[in-house]
Amino acid sequence: MTIDMSQFYQVFFAEAAEHLESMESLLLALDHENPDDEQLNAIFRAVHSIKGSAGTFGFGDMADLTHVLEGLLDKLRKGELRLSEELVDACLEARDVLGGQLATHRDGAPASPAAAVVAARRLAAVAEAPAPASEVAAPRPVATPADTIFSFVLESPEADQAAVMEALCAELEDFGAVTIEQRDRTAGQPWQLRIAACRDAGAARDVIAFVANAVDLDTVASTTTQLPTDEAAWGLFEDSEVAPDDDGWGLFESVPLPEQGQEADAADGSYGFFSAPSAPAEPERAREARPAANAETTIRVGVDKVDLIINQVGELVITHAMLQQIASALDPIQFERLHSGLAQLERNSRDLQASVMSVRMVPISTVFNRFPRVVRDLSGKLGKQVELKMSGEATELDRGLVERIVDPLTHLVRNSLDHGVETPDKRLAAGKSAVGTVTLKAYQHSGSVVIEVGDDGAGLDRERILAKARERGMALGSANGDRLSDAEVWNLIFEAGFSTAEQVTDVSGRGVGMDVVKRNITALGGRIDIESMAGIGTRMTVRLPLTLAIVDGMSVAVGTESYIVPLGYVLESLQPEPGMIKRMGGVNSLLQVRGDYLPVIALHELFGIRNAETDFTRGIMVLLEVDDRRAALFVDALLGQHQVVIKNLETNYRKVAGIAAATIMGDGRVAFILDAVALVSKAAAGMPAAA
Amino acid sequence: MNRHRDNDDTDTRSQEFLTFILGGEEYAIDILRVQEIRGYDAVTPIAHAPEFIKGVMNLRGAIVPIIDLRIKFGLGQPDYTPFTVVVVLNVGRRVVGIVVDAVSDVISVADSQMHPPPELSRAVDLRYITGLAMLDERMLIVVDIEGLMLSADMALVDEAVI
Repeated sequence: MTIDMSQFYQVFFAEAAEHLESMESLLLALDHENPDDEQLNAIFRAVHSIKGSAGTFGFGDMADLTHVLEGLLDKLRKGELRLSEELVDACLEARDVLGGQLATHRDGAPASPAAAVVAARRLAAVAEAPAPASEVAAPRPVATPADTIFSFVLESPEADQAAVMEALCAELEDFGAVTIEQRDRTAGQPWQLRIAACRDAGAARDVIAFVANAVDLDTVASTTTQLPTDEAAWGLFEDSEVAPDDDGWGLFESVPLPEQGQEADAADGSYGFFSAPSAPAEPERAREARPAANAETTIRVGVDKVDLIINQVGELVITHAMLQQIASALDPIQFERLHSGLAQLERNSRDLQASVMSVRMVPISTVFNRFPRVVRDLSGKLGKQVELKMSGEATELDRGLVERIVDPLTHLVRNSLDHGVETPDKRLAAGKSAVGTVTLKAYQHSGSVVIEVGDDGAGLDRERILAKARERGMALGSANGDRLSDAEVWNLIFEAGFSTAEQVTDVSGRGVGMDVVKRNITALGGRIDIESMAGIGTRMTVRLPLTLAIVDGMSVAVGTESYIVPLGYVLESLQPEPGMIKRMGGVNSLLQVRGDYLPVIALHELFGIRNAETDFTRGIMVLLEVDDRRAALFVDALLGQHQVVIKNLETNYRKVAGIAAATIMGDGRVAFILDAVALVSKAAAGMPAAA
Repeated sequence: MNRHRDNDDTDTRSQEFLTFILGGEEYAIDILRVQEIRGYDAVTPIAHAPEFIKGVMNLRGAIVPIIDLRIKFGLGQPDYTPFTVVVVLNVGRRVVGIVVDAVSDVISVADSQMHPPPELSRAVDLRYITGLAMLDERMLIVVDIEGLMLSADMALVDEAVI
């Protein structure tokens, strides 16, 4: 009998992937001297869950490998094996193979059965290690099995249920003798299944959870406290820390299940179980688990749904702008209520927008989490000793950015490891400690998310870079590069094909890295800067915009055109007096403001706009600041301040210098949003190197 | 719009085209590439763009570049009246609009009515002319509008991002 389980595959793939991820971070976080029981159990549970569900879905390769891994982990958590570097490596390798197997089943990636065999052998070898000395934590209480009754509603349509139940029972036989309690169910009523002498109720519940409907799942009434929240079954995987019970802590002591109809009062039932005393640890766990179970309510939402909402909020902002424009022509006193209604609408839209944007924000830890592994593996491979220091993992950034920043950041980290940090001997010879440090830092700063990747290695070699550039015939200015500032020299490495590596390793050195990194970051609307000092270290700073969709802008007129200046960069606006305008080199203009000289960006010249004001004293100077560089933007007049929805110009057209994006104004016309960052950078670059 | 059905019903393969007039010539483009037809209105010019790129227009929230083929192919001085027509196209994954003299109709052209492209072409680059269609007394120049719009000299697409 075959049932079409493919509808459940997606859930399995997503959850298995999460388990693999948590396995990895837990394995890396283990303290070898004194491993935390909770962590060991969590790793065990993750592996066990994958094993159970992989078996149900017929992914034999994963079930087999997890079986071996599970056996090893079981010994580990019982204290029969000692934790060692070798063991962790073997587990990590197995985890990687599982990831590959998952990819094969999910994406159709090519399978490599040999890898699984190697990993399994390695695990077996490590498992042979002699039992540790008595300093290991006391063995866990051995579970005494008991009957467990499960109550649930199946997700598949009525017609298939018998078939699904058969398959389910077959799978659950692993845990104990299975009997279906109610023979004549009416449709829609929960099924009840008893597993006699159930060995591991938590895991059994996981298996059932795959075919039972989360929403209608009354209680997978094993003896845990999870219940009433049906999400418990799904949520199980997320809150494995929260539900320490599945592991057999209190469950098995729990006892007097059966004959009493406890599905209905499963909730009480479980409380009752926990009061049944056995190991002193239980009651505390129960108390902890209960409140935590209530706190855990999350929903898994597709990103496309969130994006749709964001677009709709964007359209709402545009519609409001249109109404506002029409209403502005109406007498404020006569139409007072209309105006105040519109003002309220604006507040509501703004709040809605902020809430929606925050839905898309995820902490950068989702990106940073992979780096401990990357650093560990790579430093091992390169024979270097490196410590990774991360900070600001809670910094949030837009989800759309997260996925696209991973590759560039990975490249930067690998570069630091490969080219930045020196080998231990070189470091010692240079008077540094043998262990190098790579730092990953994230924080928010004036409308941007800033990510720093730094190392305390050898720093960039100016001469090597210049030599390479000369070799490639790149234009290096008058003194063939000698007069270039350090910053300009560092920027050379962003040229395509540039690499000063002596040999190409499979890590880096092929010269296809930095230009792609820069391009990817720029495509996200961000930028990357490099600082470096020979012998001290290097730091790459990536800046990304905080919000993608909506920005506060000031609209300005230049000739008959109008443009939007992102308000975040505007310091102030003023009408200049003749004395404030200075010339430099006869060509460039400077604006003197309170002792500072700012380069002037004359938009009408830049964009070739006719009929614009050319006399600086008859227009407005909008002072812009980007990081610590300033410039003065010359425009005819200020038109107003609006919230605008950013629309990508490159979707249908291409990048235009000086323009960041486009938007639609209240009158339906398209207006361009200026690329303040590029404009100011360019203007400031024309200034002689000063403060 | 009238539909001209070809007389020969036994020809099973035929394609549908939108025909328009440009500089006195009649052109035919794959109807599947045409999203809609609208008037010319409120186009925001783009700095330093070639003269034939008039600018961008708001099409129900999408920013759509408008190219005046009359200027591109040097067909005299174009004017913009309430009757000026913009054909909005879906080419590649982009939406772009082209300004033409007038739009004719939607027709079906059977393979038997299709002839090889001419040796010379005044306006459209030969690379993008897929053939000539003879319908009654009309001669239609069949153009690969997608290839044409995405070609480098239309300056719509650019390779590097920076």
